[in-house]
Amino acid sequence: MKIKFTFWRAVFAVIMALGLYSTYVRYFRGLGAVSNMTDQFPWGFWIGFDCLCGVMLAAGGFCIVGAVYLFNVESLHEVVRPAVLTSFLGYVLFIVGLLFDLGRPWFIWHQLIYMNPHSVMFEVGMCVMTYTTVLFFEFLPNVFERFNLKTPITLIKKIYPVLIVAGILLSTLHQSSLGSLYLIMPSKLHPFWYTPALPFFFFASAVAVGLAITIFESTQSSKAFGRALELPVLVRLGGALVVALWVNALLRFEDFFHRGILKQIVTPSYEAYFLWVELALTFVIPLTLLSFKRVRLSPEGLYWASVSTLLGFVTNRLNISMIGFETYVGRHYVPKWTEYSITLMLVAMEIFLFAVAVKYLPIFGEEHTVAQALESNDRPLVAARVLEHAGD
Amino acid sequence: MSKALLYDATMCIGCKQCEKACAEQNKLPYDDKVADESVQSEHKYTVVLTKQDKYMRRLCMHCKQPACASACPVGAFHKTAAGPVVYDVWKCIGCRYCMVACPFNQPKYEWQSLNPRVRKCIMCPERVQAGQQTACAEACPTGATKFGEREDLLKEAWDRIGQNPSNYVPYVYGQNEVGGTSVLLLSGVPVEQFGYPKPEKIGDVPMPEYTGRVMERIPDFIPVWTLVLGGIYWVSHRRDEVAAAEAEIKRNGGAQ
Repeated sequence: MKIKFTFWRAVFAVIMALGLYSTYVRYFRGLGAVSNMTDQFPWGFWIGFDCLCGVMLAAGGFCIVGAVYLFNVESLHEVVRPAVLTSFLGYVLFIVGLLFDLGRPWFIWHQLIYMNPHSVMFEVGMCVMTYTTVLFFEFLPNVFERFNLKTPITLIKKIYPVLIVAGILLSTLHQSSLGSLYLIMPSKLHPFWYTPALPFFFFASAVAVGLAITIFESTQSSKAFGRALELPVLVRLGGALVVALWVNALLRFEDFFHRGILKQIVTPSYEAYFLWVELALTFVIPLTLLSFKRVRLSPEGLYWASVSTLLGFVTNRLNISMIGFETYVGRHYVPKWTEYSITLMLVAMEIFLFAVAVKYLPIFGEEHTVAQALESNDRPLVAARVLEHAGD
Repeated sequence: MSKALLYDATMCIGCKQCEKACAEQNKLPYDDKVADESVQSEHKYTVVLTKQDKYMRRLCMHCKQPACASACPVGAFHKTAAGPVVYDVWKCIGCRYCMVACPFNQPKYEWQSLNPRVRKCIMCPERVQAGQQTACAEACPTGATKFGEREDLLKEAWDRIGQNPSNYVPYVYGQNEVGGTSVLLLSGVPVEQFGYPKPEKIGDVPMPEYTGRVMERIPDFIPVWTLVLGGIYWVSHRRDEVAAAEAEIKRNGGAQ
């Protein structure tokens, strides 16, 4: 255990050192030196991964908040805090990522004074700002509870309904608007991915990813922080994931069918290979796995189904932002190592901040709540306890 | 009403005087090395391409409804009444959405700069404002690049095709492309051969309409979705309240 800990610390240190070097290159040598972006590829890996995937992977917050507070799915209550924390950190680091990608980040505030309401990018910008604020307020109770500040907690509780509704509204707008960004490029983006339905797909896939990332993150935290695995919670999320994936799959099929490109899809081509990987990871593998009851009830099965879903939709976003333009441009775009290293640094920082928050803030329920629940003979938690000792 | 440029490739002799005049007008470096560059860049707003004995100019098309202007989150681009699509650098935040949005790939970027700007042909707005023609049109020795009213130039373009049908592809590129542009092209060979997008590929629909269809629904979507979400919240919590109140009544009733 101790060795592993030191090993990961060393990895973290290396990632941070390389990231800081790349940061230096970015701000003292310019975008041309730090990236392989060109006039032909003005948007690269940072837009594809940090922005599109980053926001998508931060969808857990609004999905879980919506399930618990709008639809009263009480059993998911215990994952609300980690999900909101993940989303909040995700958004903060997405903004940090923007400061790398924008050519003139020092003018980012222009967004607030020179507004162009026709621009999708304007919508994206406004949603980022407002939703990050909402997430901040949804996260704040953790801090207030930590320091036992009663008055602010009651204040936040009073505005909580507003925060919840605003948060889901802004997420709907933000997730879909990232898809709308690409609507203005009908002649550039490959027909596999260009569709007028892009905003709907971006939102629908964000819901599936929100569920999958919560399964993923719960499993990982239970390993990393030695907590009992909330199996009934995972099972519940897995059930919702099946529905979300089927809805996504049917929508995608409908879209391919109506645009008459089904035949083109099954014909081998450069884009088709990437599409196959995407469709296999997003739909075929997880839906096959989850069609077995044994898998739907096992933490491992749920974990791997969610991993496949996450990788699949990450592939989808990278296909849309990078692969889908290569034929049009007539050449490949391969990110420079410094581009990867800055992204890695941001991901490492998010994991680090998550661990710090979990250590110092009441993100996961206190021990006494577990005891209380056990007293009331809560069956699910007994199952979790059994699992906890499964490895003995 | 609005000014435009007509470029007739059949009259072009590839002397690159337009490139040189453009560089001078925009205070860009220009020497033999730059003249040999056959791609547009942050220091070369227009380029004359050569293919055997055929020439073709590339420059910003100054769309009637520019994708860049609709894409820019801070409105750094706008179409002036006089015709040019101009760029206000002091607004720009460097998101480069204009570059990916442009169907003609005209905006170029100062990738090496620490405070980079987007660069493209802005159709000499000061000169046009002062009633002069653009620098490139003035410099052109053969009249291949001609400045004037868009309506007049369009008519002239079709007249030239009519008078010399064997010289031209019977098509005025830019008349209807993406809703019409303020740069019109006449050519003896299809302009696609020089990297222009095929007319059928970009279509006649102005690019801003593709995003506009979604954006115009947002003002309605926000109140409706807020009401729906708020309604669901209210219903599910009201149910809890009622259940709690009923339990309370039952308990009180039991005590009596």
